[in-house]
Amino acid sequence: MDLLIFQVPILMVQASLDGILLGILFALIAYGMALQWGVMNIINIAQGDLVILGGYITYFMYLSGIHPALGVIVAPAIMYFVGVGLYKLVINKVVDRDLFISILATFGISILFMQLMNFAFGADVVLANSEFGTTMLFNNSVTLPNSKIFAAIISIIFAIGLVIYMRKSKLGRAIRATAQNARAAKILGVDTEKVYAATFGINAALCGVAGALVAITFTIHPYMGLPYTIRSFMIVIIAGLGNLPGVAVSGMGLGVFEEFADYILGTEFRIGSVFMLLVLILVYRRFKLSKKREYLK
Amino acid sequence: MKLNKIILSFVSALAILLSSSVTSFAKVVGDKIVLGSAISLTGKYSSNGVHTQNGYNMAVDRINSMGGVKVGGKTYKFEIIYYDDESNPKRAAQLAERLIKQDGVEFMLGPYSSGLTKAIAPVTEKYGVPMVEANGASRSLFTKGYKYLFAVLAPANLYLDVAIDLAVEKNNGKPVSVAMAFEQDAFSQDVRLGVLDAIKRTGSKKVIDDKLPKELNDMAATLAKVKAVKPDVLVVSGHTKGALTAIRQIAEMKVDVPMLAMTHCDAAKLSKQHGKNSQYALCASQWHKTLTYKDNFFKDGMTYDADFTKEFGYAPPYQAAESSAALLVFKDAFERANSFDKVKVRDALADTNMQTFYGNIKFAEGGQNVDKPMVLFQVMCDGDKCENKVVAPTKWASAELIHPIPSWSQR
Repeated sequence: MDLLIFQVPILMVQASLDGILLGILFALIAYGMALQWGVMNIINIAQGDLVILGGYITYFMYLSGIHPALGVIVAPAIMYFVGVGLYKLVINKVVDRDLFISILATFGISILFMQLMNFAFGADVVLANSEFGTTMLFNNSVTLPNSKIFAAIISIIFAIGLVIYMRKSKLGRAIRATAQNARAAKILGVDTEKVYAATFGINAALCGVAGALVAITFTIHPYMGLPYTIRSFMIVIIAGLGNLPGVAVSGMGLGVFEEFADYILGTEFRIGSVFMLLVLILVYRRFKLSKKREYLK
Repeated sequence: MKLNKIILSFVSALAILLSSSVTSFAKVVGDKIVLGSAISLTGKYSSNGVHTQNGYNMAVDRINSMGGVKVGGKTYKFEIIYYDDESNPKRAAQLAERLIKQDGVEFMLGPYSSGLTKAIAPVTEKYGVPMVEANGASRSLFTKGYKYLFAVLAPANLYLDVAIDLAVEKNNGKPVSVAMAFEQDAFSQDVRLGVLDAIKRTGSKKVIDDKLPKELNDMAATLAKVKAVKPDVLVVSGHTKGALTAIRQIAEMKVDVPMLAMTHCDAAKLSKQHGKNSQYALCASQWHKTLTYKDNFFKDGMTYDADFTKEFGYAPPYQAAESSAALLVFKDAFERANSFDKVKVRDALADTNMQTFYGNIKFAEGGQNVDKPMVLFQVMCDGDKCENKVVAPTKWASAELIHPIPSWSQR
């Protein structure tokens, strides 16, 4: 236990700002997960691996001399087709099946992606330098890398863009209709197969954006996907499906929670604290549910 | 359906092909001494696994082309059977069993990483198979009383303690305050123990002691604490991810610290990936090409560096150099034992006292090499071109340590 953060209060400001910026990025990944979970009833274990793949696209752009910030446009464009391809190849076979089957299938995809990335790109840890510089606050005692601020702004832009798209466009309406009642939507002429493919594609594209931002802000490695899957799962669990403001708030909340856990409990408990929170929330939910339960006598 | 059949027949064909290509080897076949090694060719250690394999192969070719190994008046050549352990300790242990029991291998070369060496050592020990390893530095490998394990490298606890001594020396012999961030794995925790010993020995003080998780890619919290506490030295060890993450975030957060010492800088290609941001970082290394050790096979570090670069297209990291040295040790031991008896070879290995291009090699009771100090190099940049220059120990130094590191506002 380290109480330094309470002795040096400016660290709290640093932790909160870092947490919020990080949380916005998490929320973007969780947003994609919530979307396809809500529409297709699939929990995508490969979510984090799609993020890392987006990161590699950005990394290779960076290697070929293109500024990695452009990755936020190129990576989602490529990842959309990866998502649609993945849907046509695997996901369409499990979409109406038991949740367990889809978890197994996406778990398999996750392992496959990890190994393929390792095979194709090697096991080295890599990153894309954006050279964005740093913003100093409070007489230089709080530093915010501009790459993190950039990541947060891009995440917000994509999230808002998607919300508008969902409300205004034909496909967006079809996606929402399918999420509400797939059978009724089908009867009313919505091509649900197409909707599912598009939804999975949009999710992969969001992961692509997030991956580009991860490559710019942190580091990427073929085996680094799982923590992103866990965090987005966690955020969706807290916020509930179809609750977009909830995803944003719980994303930021989780970011701040992680940062404070890091300062107080130690970096080694960072991911552990997320798991602990997940268990607590699930227990609390179950407790709440058990109070509501009705009995047939 | 048709596609399924095609895939099925393809897979079965592949399986048959693979099974038929596995033939049985014995320890010495004709004029060949067959060594075995499980090595990480896929999985998370595959980069370093390949460096290790390249190091082994380079030494095998060199020794074979320069007359081979002379035992009992006859000349033998080295040959290595490799299996891919997928960076998985369980798999590595299975493969070690397979090498020994099925393939009849009686002499082993080590895998990559302390974790995998730890998995294999009990197996080689059980069968009394001598193993010379070059990439397992964890101290715990040498405290188990293994009789058949020999490591050509210095143990992990010696990686960064030199840095603390150096900081104290620069502080006019007065104790310093140390911030530490170490990954939670066998190797990094051993490096930590070494630093703790040095802190105690010099009367210094540890002010931050963070343990980094395996999935680490954000050290912002640790670095913010470093900014607040202002230690004299920051030590980081978390394999390549640790090195890369630390340099990126230290530059982004403008963390000023008089001395920054870390491990795995050359494996992380710090100066290539971070350029000038990595300037002034001190890095612990088992080997550096400018060291003046010599042998008859590779001549010296500079020649090894040039030959390796010519053959594999990249400059050798120390992981490759130490792997090559392992073969030189085996050759020397076989010739002194003048026999292929496992116990005699083991005894000859234990009596090793030689110099290679990689360093002096002499094994202690536990199997670790006690005759080769670690070196520290500092990343120094001239314009945009950055180079690693040895700064300690003074005997090998090719440049003077720059201390304290200039603050970010002055760079």
